[in-house]
Amino acid sequence: MADKLKIAVFKMTGCAGCQMEFLRLEEELPFLLEIAEIRYFVMAKRENLRGPYDVSFVEGSVSTPRELEELRELRKQSRIVVAFGDCACHGCVPSILNWVPPDIASKIVYEDYEAIHSRKESYQKICPLDEFVPVDIHLRGCPPHKDTILEVLRSTALDAKPFLRRHPVCVECKLRENVCILTFEKKACMGPVTAAGCGAICPTADRECEGCYGPMSDANSSSLAQQFLKIGLTREDVARKFRKYAGISQAFAPEANAR
Amino acid sequence: MNKDREIEVGYIARVEGQGSLEIRVSSGKIEELRFDIFEPPKFFEAFLVGRHCSEVHELTSRICGICPVPHQITALRAVENALGIHVSEQTKDLRKLMNYGCHIQSHILNLYFLAAPDYLGYESIFPMVKGHLATVKRALRLKKLGNDMIELIGARAIHPTSAVVSGFTKIPEKEEMELMRKRLVEAKQDAHDTVDFVSSWKMPDFSRKSEHVALSTSREFAINEGLLVSTEGMRIEEDKYREYIRESQVDYSWAKHSRIVGRGSFLVGPLARVNLNWDRLSHDAKKLAMEISFEVPNFNPFMAHLARALEVVNAIDDCIKIIDRVSLREEDRSYEVRSGTGFAVTEAPRGILYHSYEIGSDGCVKKADIVTPTAQNARNIENDLRELVPSMADLTDEEATLRCEMLVRAYDPCISCSVHYVNLDRVRP
Repeated sequence: MADKLKIAVFKMTGCAGCQMEFLRLEEELPFLLEIAEIRYFVMAKRENLRGPYDVSFVEGSVSTPRELEELRELRKQSRIVVAFGDCACHGCVPSILNWVPPDIASKIVYEDYEAIHSRKESYQKICPLDEFVPVDIHLRGCPPHKDTILEVLRSTALDAKPFLRRHPVCVECKLRENVCILTFEKKACMGPVTAAGCGAICPTADRECEGCYGPMSDANSSSLAQQFLKIGLTREDVARKFRKYAGISQAFAPEANAR
Repeated sequence: MNKDREIEVGYIARVEGQGSLEIRVSSGKIEELRFDIFEPPKFFEAFLVGRHCSEVHELTSRICGICPVPHQITALRAVENALGIHVSEQTKDLRKLMNYGCHIQSHILNLYFLAAPDYLGYESIFPMVKGHLATVKRALRLKKLGNDMIELIGARAIHPTSAVVSGFTKIPEKEEMELMRKRLVEAKQDAHDTVDFVSSWKMPDFSRKSEHVALSTSREFAINEGLLVSTEGMRIEEDKYREYIRESQVDYSWAKHSRIVGRGSFLVGPLARVNLNWDRLSHDAKKLAMEISFEVPNFNPFMAHLARALEVVNAIDDCIKIIDRVSLREEDRSYEVRSGTGFAVTEAPRGILYHSYEIGSDGCVKKADIVTPTAQNARNIENDLRELVPSMADLTDEEATLRCEMLVRAYDPCISCSVHYVNLDRVRP
């Protein structure tokens, strides 16, 4: 066996759900530790080591100067940077904040925002990682399914490109032999514009996809938005749908911003 | 302690989120003591305004990836209370199973991944794979059991998707539930071994009486609803939460600090639950507690670990009981949207979680208010440290630092959760 793969797991502004999904590699963990050395993972380790790292999983989006500095530093030390999950890829749910004027947001949450803000800075804006540094792999999902984490680890160990799907959830839905809930039940399903990877969990549980893997490649958002209006959604409903997991992405922004 | 000492932990490891500790002792006197949360605020209460009541639970789930389930259930119950929806016994039972699944995985994560390395002399669980493989495998089995339970009921382990306002979009199959029941029965041994394992740890001999607060019902161990009770005699309905518990902002932390009006800081979480619900623990959990001489009330915050282990036993017993009684029928989930205000308190793994929402006639949120367990515990952690630090005079700086971290880890703080605070009186335009 060659040198062990050097892994790091970082957290920016996020919910730790992606790190939890990493730790959901329960059956795989003992084997993983045979081929990999986890060098940095503050939620799980007390002795965290500096790079260089072969692969860095970065959960969360950037929302403070401290995080930006950390991101730039870890980029220098990492061969492969993985935007780990929706927050890192497209801002996810916290990015809804970007539509709230900053002074209103801070007043709603803190009675005297300036008192804290003078000591701790926050941009009050959610930015995906690749606004600041080159990202090698986008691992979509809220959270990304653990099989896709394994795929990244496996491909990195083999020095290959990971096989991550960008086709729509619809493909997985067909493979599960579901009846289309958009066509037949008129449910506002985001599946047609959402990247696959989850296994069509929501339509299989008889509910519409909410788009938590972010946009598929070449998503036709405006066509789906038209379809939503046809089945009875209001323009506000449609904007809310697109302004949830990836409203700031290029593919969803026009519909997320539409009034 | 007649010496100067500085304890600084820039980024506390083996807890969820970004927090630090800063303690300065000069001539035996604590000059400065801060449990500082530098995790950036995510302003959930701000951007929930204008979102539809049917998606509030889906959004608040993203406050925390360790306890998404109680964030969903609390949001669902608060919204249902606002809309005047009464859910079925089946829905209540399925939600209880889902929350117990979350408690199991979260408790196992805390005990084996976050805390055990301190007591066994490791920096993390990863090197324990070499010397303690059986222990690690037990942890992984139990953690998987909790996650699989959430997935069975909620369709996904982290950020479940099938729990919605007034019920579930998909009800598990009978065969799947029977299989889960079988696994729960088999897991009992692992849970007992966990209690044995944790009781073998040499916990610091430290006790500080603070007010413990938990949910309680007369019928069973309360996790999803109940009265809010305390060791100082508080006994209130969930909609009175804000009358009794207030927060204030501290300038060094993004998390606000909670206090009970007229008294002070308080403790929520497994130790409070076990202290206040001893009679409702399962037979086996109580029997094991007595075997290891665990007595209530217990005011040693480090003993939260033991309470956690006992709760895993209790959770498994309760889940078996629920599976035996739950019906698995398709139900009518229709409801009318109307304006109203609703409140709900549930037990997250780390303690009580409060959500309230004002819903407008269009079904959209007008006001949101969320108080998480870690923000409620933050001041109590500092008050514990204030007493713990002077008692460590004979420890080296390194040992003292580790012990302070161990105290923080015993609270199992979830820092991502804690950074959304709100004072609603000021927001109305």
